[in-house]
Amino acid sequence: MAPKPRTMTARSGANGQAIAFINARMVDPEGRYDGPGSVVVQGGVIADVVRKPGLGELSADIRVIDCNGAMLAPGLIDIRVKTGEPGAEQKETLKSACRAAAAGGVTSIVIQPDTDPAVDDPATVDFILRRARDIELVHVYCAGAATQSLGGERMAEIGLMLEAGARYLTDVDRVIADSKVMQRVLTYAKGFGALVAHRPADPYLSAGTVATGGEFASRMGLAGAPVVAERIMLERDLALAEITGARLLVDQITCADALESLERGKKKGVQVTASASINHLSFNELDIGDYRTFYRLDPPLRCEDDRQALIDAISSGLVEVVTSAHAPAPAEDKRLPFAEAVPGAVGLETLLAGLLSLHHEDRVALVDLMRTVTYAPATLLGLPGGRLSPGAPADLVLCDLDAPFALDADKLISKSKNSPFDGRRLQGQVLLTMAGGRIVHQAEE
Amino acid sequence: MTKLVGIDDVRARTFAFPAPHFIGVQDLNRLQVMDLLALAETFVTLNRQQAKKLDLLKGLTLMNLFFENSTRTQSSFELAGKRLGADVVNMNPRASSMAKGETLIDTAVTLNAMHPDLLVVRHASSGAAALLAQKVSGSVINAGDGQHEHPTQALLDALSIKQAFGHVDGLTVAICGDVAHSRVARSNVIMLSMLGANVRLVGPPTLIPGSAERWGVEVHHDMRKGIAGADVVMMLRLQLERMQGALVPSTREYFRFYGLDREKLAAAAPHVRVMHPGPMNRGVEIDSDVADDPTVSLIQNQVEMGVAVRMAVLASLAARLDVA
Repeated sequence: MAPKPRTMTARSGANGQAIAFINARMVDPEGRYDGPGSVVVQGGVIADVVRKPGLGELSADIRVIDCNGAMLAPGLIDIRVKTGEPGAEQKETLKSACRAAAAGGVTSIVIQPDTDPAVDDPATVDFILRRARDIELVHVYCAGAATQSLGGERMAEIGLMLEAGARYLTDVDRVIADSKVMQRVLTYAKGFGALVAHRPADPYLSAGTVATGGEFASRMGLAGAPVVAERIMLERDLALAEITGARLLVDQITCADALESLERGKKKGVQVTASASINHLSFNELDIGDYRTFYRLDPPLRCEDDRQALIDAISSGLVEVVTSAHAPAPAEDKRLPFAEAVPGAVGLETLLAGLLSLHHEDRVALVDLMRTVTYAPATLLGLPGGRLSPGAPADLVLCDLDAPFALDADKLISKSKNSPFDGRRLQGQVLLTMAGGRIVHQAEE
Repeated sequence: MTKLVGIDDVRARTFAFPAPHFIGVQDLNRLQVMDLLALAETFVTLNRQQAKKLDLLKGLTLMNLFFENSTRTQSSFELAGKRLGADVVNMNPRASSMAKGETLIDTAVTLNAMHPDLLVVRHASSGAAALLAQKVSGSVINAGDGQHEHPTQALLDALSIKQAFGHVDGLTVAICGDVAHSRVARSNVIMLSMLGANVRLVGPPTLIPGSAERWGVEVHHDMRKGIAGADVVMMLRLQLERMQGALVPSTREYFRFYGLDREKLAAAAPHVRVMHPGPMNRGVEIDSDVADDPTVSLIQNQVEMGVAVRMAVLASLAARLDVA
């Protein structure tokens, strides 16, 4: 294949040249380190890490990047990214998603299988991974469907997809209503040691709803699902994970009620991990006040008490992983009455700034926030990134934590602009993103 | 020239079956199994000579009552009965009054009135043979009840292994595939463990009962590990309707991880022998290359041993009738 011209990338290891990031505020969640430090990368991997100010003598052929106290952390890992490829490339392609990720400091993404056709066989896993390899920006991984065509009835080719490189199994937004099917998926996946993600939402209580049931939704005239719909399904999933001994990922936990169930399950020894989306950590149901469809999400936004409980759960480590829940929807899907709009929000470019709001509000320690998007997902899925240690891939994000900006959704790199952060004032600008030793994004001077 | 086997050789080894019926492997103890296998070996020799017929069961009636389709087991019992001189009747309850709504017990009472001495039963429900045994005066032989037991299959498998290796004890036998729905697996776990073999169960967790670890066997979900060093690999049949996403995602995924081919078989002992109760799904649970290799496959021997062990079971049950 002919080499493609690269506009945004420069490989540090191409001519063997090392790069040293010095004078950084280094955040390494693996060792819960937040302090001065430097990192040297060479040949695509981290060559050296120094956890103190200064770096001593550097040989002359090392390129030095002075971080001036900006945060240097492992590149983010986002385990819930939807694109439109294959099947709906007008929403997002793998390439546009990779570019958006790089701009957001995200160096690894896990593509969701709800494409058209769905990623439910090894050939489609292979297609996604081969397409991504040719893009050469960030690391692209892929999740496989748990059931054929995400239909919730018959098991997909779990073993063959895992062999082809699928990182976990999920029906994404679709709920596996049949408990017997869910039990079999968990049981079968356990034979491969695989992780199964499932959305906790009772499908019957949630059917046809677009908001959280309660006073606000009824005033707005929006059909709401009771918040217990989440707890009911979560309790089922926890019970099935308990009897099968399988590994369960609770995909997008949102409410205090369900967090209590999660805590009980963990205490009982169920092999369960939970993720939260940045949207549910950042917004509450009042944000849909003017029927703005960028806030039409699935699961819907919850009340403020739930949001606060979710933030506490991030802080305590009860919920280990945060995702962008990146779900591109073009204008034709969003410029509709609230209930008719397609749910979801883009998030790759705002995940880090959204998380940093919790740091600036002094709600969660910076290193604990970063852990949810680096070390925790890396450990969960067995990915090589997410840590600052010699030999780890040179996946880094350099971020000016305090730099303020107002988000203009139209300027997003993502092909779809449906960001609920549109118009919000945020702090934390990505200065540089490095993936596998290549600089894949650099802020304009 | 070797001496022909005659009725005196058989009589010398025949003993009264220890139970009135043969419902499950646990009707026998280890010594009784060894005696039965020794008797069966006499019948193996008999069956290989031209003069195969004895009149050991002369005057007795053997009734085959197969509520489930079967070719090899039914004809195996039929041949066994005929070679021993019994009158053999094959009932076809699916085409008869059972299909018109008669219950199993009504059928049993009706048949009992015809005074069969030996009643061979196969039924789709676990426990059906035991139920029938309570209602008839003849001896009931379980030829497979649901997902419970198939004791004569376990006997013929044990005999096939004994003939191939000279002994069963100390051998490692890996039973692979759909253990959860297999009466062959249940009977063999009991039988082979009783005879001193190390039994392993191998299959995806959806096809291995959750409590199988408490059966006194090793459980493996990785086939290469499961058959590593095994002396015998016993494949089970996987029913097609179970492999289209219900318990297994697809035929090709099953074959990839649990189908027995040369590559996986290389993990077993060099002298490994492969068994299958039949009928085989070629290319699903077993590769033809392995199934048809006479240096590896015992599948044809199993069919041959089947007639012999059934003759042994019938002979000893009849001997019990004589005692009574």
